[in-house]
This record gives sequence, C-alpha cells and structure tokens, in this order.
Amino acid sequence: MLTKSLKAKGNVLAQTNKQLELLQSGPFADKDLPLFKDKVAQSGQFPLRPKTLEILQINVGYMCNQVCEHCHVDAGPDRKEIMTRDTMEQCLEVIKKTGAHTLDLTGGAPEMNPDFRWFVESASAAGIKDFIVRSNLTIIRANKKYYDLPEFFAKHNIHVVSSMPHYTKGKTDKQRGEGVFSASIEALKSLNAVGYGMPNSPLKLDLVYNPSGAFLPGNQAALEQDFKKALLADFDIRFHALFAITNLPIARFLDYLIASENFEDYMYALVDAYNPAAVKGVMCTNTISVSWDGYLYDCDFNQMLGLKVAAKVTHIKDYNEALLQDRNIVTSQHCYGCTAGAGSSCQGVVA
Amino acid sequence: MDNSYYNPADLKKFSKISEWSPELGDKFFDYYASVFKDGALSAREKSLIALAVAHVVKCPYCIDAYTQDGLEKGIDKEEMMEAVHVGAAIESGATLVHGVQMMNKYNKLSM
Repeated sequence: MLTKSLKAKGNVLAQTNKQLELLQSGPFADKDLPLFKDKVAQSGQFPLRPKTLEILQINVGYMCNQVCEHCHVDAGPDRKEIMTRDTMEQCLEVIKKTGAHTLDLTGGAPEMNPDFRWFVESASAAGIKDFIVRSNLTIIRANKKYYDLPEFFAKHNIHVVSSMPHYTKGKTDKQRGEGVFSASIEALKSLNAVGYGMPNSPLKLDLVYNPSGAFLPGNQAALEQDFKKALLADFDIRFHALFAITNLPIARFLDYLIASENFEDYMYALVDAYNPAAVKGVMCTNTISVSWDGYLYDCDFNQMLGLKVAAKVTHIKDYNEALLQDRNIVTSQHCYGCTAGAGSSCQGVVA
Repeated sequence: MDNSYYNPADLKKFSKISEWSPELGDKFFDYYASVFKDGALSAREKSLIALAVAHVVKCPYCIDAYTQDGLEKGIDKEEMMEAVHVGAAIESGATLVHGVQMMNKYNKLSM
C-alpha cells in the first residue's frame, strides 16, 4: 500500500518533463502508434478549440488523506500545495462574472483546505447553477471536524461527486488503501441520511468509477446498474448516477503502468479505442481548470503535467474569458485517455 | 520466423484476417460484435461464458481478451474462477460420460 506521493519519494516521475518524455517514447517514438495530434488531424479535428465555457474547475490543493495508486494528482498527506484565501478571492471575482454554469471544486481532498468552508459559502452566495464538490468520501469519516460535512453540503445545495472504484471491498481497498471501502460505505450512509442520492432528491450524489488496473472502463450504464444493485442490496445505499472515468497515463498511474510493464499495452488499448465522436465532447472544450496557485489549464490532467493554457492570460488574476476562449488546447498522448471508447471526462462518458 | 506458435502481440492483429478474405472476415467480425451485445443475456453474462469457453478451447488469446473484458465489466476474480470451473466441469464430464460407452462395450463383449 502506498503511503507517500511520488514527489515525497523523489520519484523521477514527479517531474512533469519526465512524464511528457515518456508519453513521446516507446511505440510513439517508433511510429508504431500515431501521436495524438496526428490522429485527431486525420478526422479534421486538430487543433482542438474551446466551445462554450460551461465548467470552471478549481483545484484547491493537492493535500489528501489518501494515497491512491492511480492518482493523477499524486495527491497525499505530504503534499503542501494549498490554495490561499487570496487566490480564492481572485477565483470568486471570476465566479461572479463567468459564463460557466458549473463550478467544480476538486483536489486532493478539497475539504482539507483550511478555507474550504469559507470558499464554499462565498461561492454559493455568488449563485452558480450547479456547484460540484469532488469528495473522496473517507474524508467525511477521517476526523470529527469533518463529520458534519453532509449537512454542510446539503445547506449549500452542493452536488457531491464521490470516488468509488468498486462495490466490493477487495478492489476498492487495493486501489485506494486499507479500510477505504468501509469508511466510504459509512460516508455514503451519512450522505443518504441527509437526503443525498435518494430518489427524486434535489441533493445530487453521483459516484465516480475508475478501473483498478491497466484496463479501460466498461459500459457506463451497465456498471451503474451493477453498482446500484450491489450497494442497495448489501448496504442499503442509494446514489444518482455513476460516471465511468478512464485512468489517464500520468503521475502515479503512469508509474504503475511502467512498473507493471503495462505501459505499451495500455497505450495500444487507448489508441485502438480512439473514437472521433468522443473528441467532439472532450471536457477541455468546455472547461477551464484552475490550479491551487491560480494558474489556468485546459484540464486537471494538463495541470498535473504543468501544461498551462496557450492563451494571452494564464493566471486567474488576469482572467479574461474572451481571450481564453480564443486558444488552441494543449495536447499530448495522455489525451487518448479522454477519447477512448465512449470517451471520458470528469462527468463520465461523452459520446 | 518466430520460434513460438503463440505471440501475445498477434491478438492486436486479429482484424488483419479480413485482408486476405474481406467478405468472410467482415461477416465474421459483424457477427461476433452482434453476439456480444446485450440481448436475452447481458453482455456481462456473455463475457463469463466466453471466458469459460476460452479455457475449454485453450485459446491463450481468448483468455487474455476475456480476462480483460471481465475486468472492464467489473466482474470479480471469484466470478471468473467459477466460470473457469464450469468449463472444466463440462469438459471433464464430457470425458467421463464416455465411460458409459466403455461400460456398454465392455458388457457387450464380455460373457
């Protein structure tokens, strides 16, 4: 079981340039597989350009109570990158004037940011239509100070999106750490208890599934059915929708792929499953990602690779939606993860 | 030439069989895709049947393919192993049921 981030271990893959080098290597360097930009160009879709901005996704810090094996953030208790209140205030100015209808808070465990509740209260007052918090669930049971999070979320009508890799203990704990499954079940029960995820409840509770290994997610609707059936029968737990998300080959998942000698096969599988229809719906075309230190990215994955937006403005303090919308989206071979099969985004499948 | 009959990389080239006989190859792959869709049986059930058969016909490509397919469909390792036992039980049963033929013949030939 992992206890430290790649960064804390001094792993070479904590360096984003090393990750980007790997994503150009092997079958891509040998020209056995096409580069992402060439593949997209074949269907006349390159360069990728933004469509209407819908989602502002803010990463409030990389600190997390868990150290998941697949984490693309390389998050963990040892990560100290945390958004300050000053940067949050700059974000609030943008939230007040953005055309985006969805605000999406992520991390790390966003709840661990000391100004998290202040930020949620302030952002909620700004009146955004759909306000998502991505919660790893276990944080709700990690410490007494978090026990009231379900009530806090409900008070601000937060749309909770939670990670749950499987409906069985074995697979969940293997990916996310010992005890994670039981804590997640308890947290889901506490969310259900205040009305989250109940049929016809306005308090939305969605789950995120991502494969625990070097394989792609299956059919989202079929997985949702299996999750619903098992969680209801075994634990009397209810939720609304399941988002199936493909693991992108970066950070800890990339480290895992290389260590387990699955990197090449996984890249072949992603390229084989390339779907031009999914390209049309990739999230970078309707999302702006903001990092803990206020920089702007096409998506959370590009953020973790240090690939800032290719626009005249790159920081939240200079935010200008018109200038940002006039940009080419930065891509590399990790992007194949979002265009495989039915596609993948923070909201699940896209095609 | 390779010095092995089986190469894992060959599975990726499966679709190439259509190149030397496009009509039959395309028909096969269309049929194959239809077979594995949700129908009276779910795609999940079909994946487990395929895994059991893969073991009975001892096809290493199929075993790789349907282990991966099962993982993608959220199938547990316990379910996969039970499916393999179903295949093994039928296979050994098929051998053993011929024991009746042996008994019949024995009895016929014996005084």
